[in-house]
Amino acid sequence: MPARHPVRLYQIGLLIVALSAWESLVSLGVVDEFFFPRPSAILLRVVDWLIKGEVYRHLTITLTETLLAFVLGTGLGIGMGFWLGLVPLARVVLDPYIKAFNAIPRIILAPIFTLWFGLGILSKVVLGTTLVFFLAFFNTYEGIREVNPMVLANARMLGAEWHHLLRHVYLPSAAGWILSSLRTSIGFAVVGAVVGEFLGAAAGIGYLIAQAEGVFDSTGVFAGMGLLVFFVLILDMVVSQVEQRLLVWRPAPLMEEQA
Amino acid sequence: MTPSAQTAVDLQDVTMRFGNYVALDQVALRIQEGEFVAIVGPTGCGKSTLLNIMAGLLSPSAGRVYIFGQALQGLNRQAGYLFQQDALLPWKTATDNVGAGLLFRGMSLSQSRERARVWLEKVGLQGFEQHYPHQLSGGMKKRVSLAQTLILNPRLLLMDEPFSALDIQTRQLMENELLRLWQEEAKSVCFITHDLEEAIALADRVIVFSAGPAAHPIGDFPIPLARPRDVAEVRLTETFLEIYREIWSILRGEVLKSYAR
Repeated sequence: MPARHPVRLYQIGLLIVALSAWESLVSLGVVDEFFFPRPSAILLRVVDWLIKGEVYRHLTITLTETLLAFVLGTGLGIGMGFWLGLVPLARVVLDPYIKAFNAIPRIILAPIFTLWFGLGILSKVVLGTTLVFFLAFFNTYEGIREVNPMVLANARMLGAEWHHLLRHVYLPSAAGWILSSLRTSIGFAVVGAVVGEFLGAAAGIGYLIAQAEGVFDSTGVFAGMGLLVFFVLILDMVVSQVEQRLLVWRPAPLMEEQA
Repeated sequence: MTPSAQTAVDLQDVTMRFGNYVALDQVALRIQEGEFVAIVGPTGCGKSTLLNIMAGLLSPSAGRVYIFGQALQGLNRQAGYLFQQDALLPWKTATDNVGAGLLFRGMSLSQSRERARVWLEKVGLQGFEQHYPHQLSGGMKKRVSLAQTLILNPRLLLMDEPFSALDIQTRQLMENELLRLWQEEAKSVCFITHDLEEAIALADRVIVFSAGPAAHPIGDFPIPLARPRDVAEVRLTETFLEIYREIWSILRGEVLKSYAR
């Protein structure tokens, strides 16, 4: 499919069309510049930030929070997923608690976390971690439960000990589930960091956006968002590279062969 | 009854219940060392359950299981098991699948790969070392499974309709291959199938099971066909047909019973 269609070209084309339409609608006065700043103005603002250099500090803080939340959340989630997936007693005992915690809309916890952990980096990391944790946990858990019992029995008959099963059967079997959750997790980690900053912080992209919003500077809000999107896309690319490297053994989806 | 070490498998009064359902009822069965035994019976007669008991994957509700004179506890470490369905590790290449058992037994990765390549060649899969299971055909996957099991040199080979999913040509090829490998180093084999022709063509002895529930052996037939055999040709001999008619007269009733349920 990619050979026949220059997909990248289409994607860039779509972006240019959308942005030009936006730009011209503003120029023609169809939409109000106060609410919808011109893409060119947003771009200029981002460039201005990058030249002045103050934004790097904010960016560093937000990315640090994101990565910490991502690593902690997935780490804990995967660990917990394995534990509950493999130990029936833990599963039975903890099941209602997991369900209860998952039922809480965790964004609501953001002000509480700010109260508990202060205005610094910690409250954002905790918020992001709780968001990421459940995603990683449920996916890992499901991946463990989905292990083909025939493959498991075969590995046991071939003499696999407990740690062999973990390394050669459970982990690779759950890997597909875990990896597909990682990409969504990155988004959740960013949400945790930015919402946390938005509600109370002294630095970070969320803080920057909140500041801009405070003075009705919609260009600043969009510029902050744009910057964030750019970095999330980069993180996403890194994760999907890792995914492809680790899942070479999977059959290609049939769709691609038909196209 | 004293279990002897010359008896590869000795089942005594083995009963298996799943809840209220009695799958196997007081099964007594012996497989001598180096003997190729085929078990036939209608579908759903608990043949796989029986094999899982011999493998130690299931423990019977009642009765005793001796493997080479030893009471079986936990998994049967002397046995290799060839499953009916595809049971290869999908995330490992053909080489690493074949070498997996050696790796589990503490051999180094490079050494296990070296041995695995030899076995892949033995089953005619040179050139496919780096292929993943999904890139192999059904017959090739079976060859990998066979190599994966035989590389560990098990004294007892348990086979659960291993070739039932293959087309007839591939199947006869695999059957001949199995006989060749079996004759190289005489192992005890318990081969489960619902195909009477396959059972007669391969085995030294065919045991017929009754239809479930409460399945048990109802016939035990020695197969006096000369070895080495070619599974395709042996089917055309007069002796084969005679044996076939004799066993089928018993099996037929059980198959009809299993349909009636």
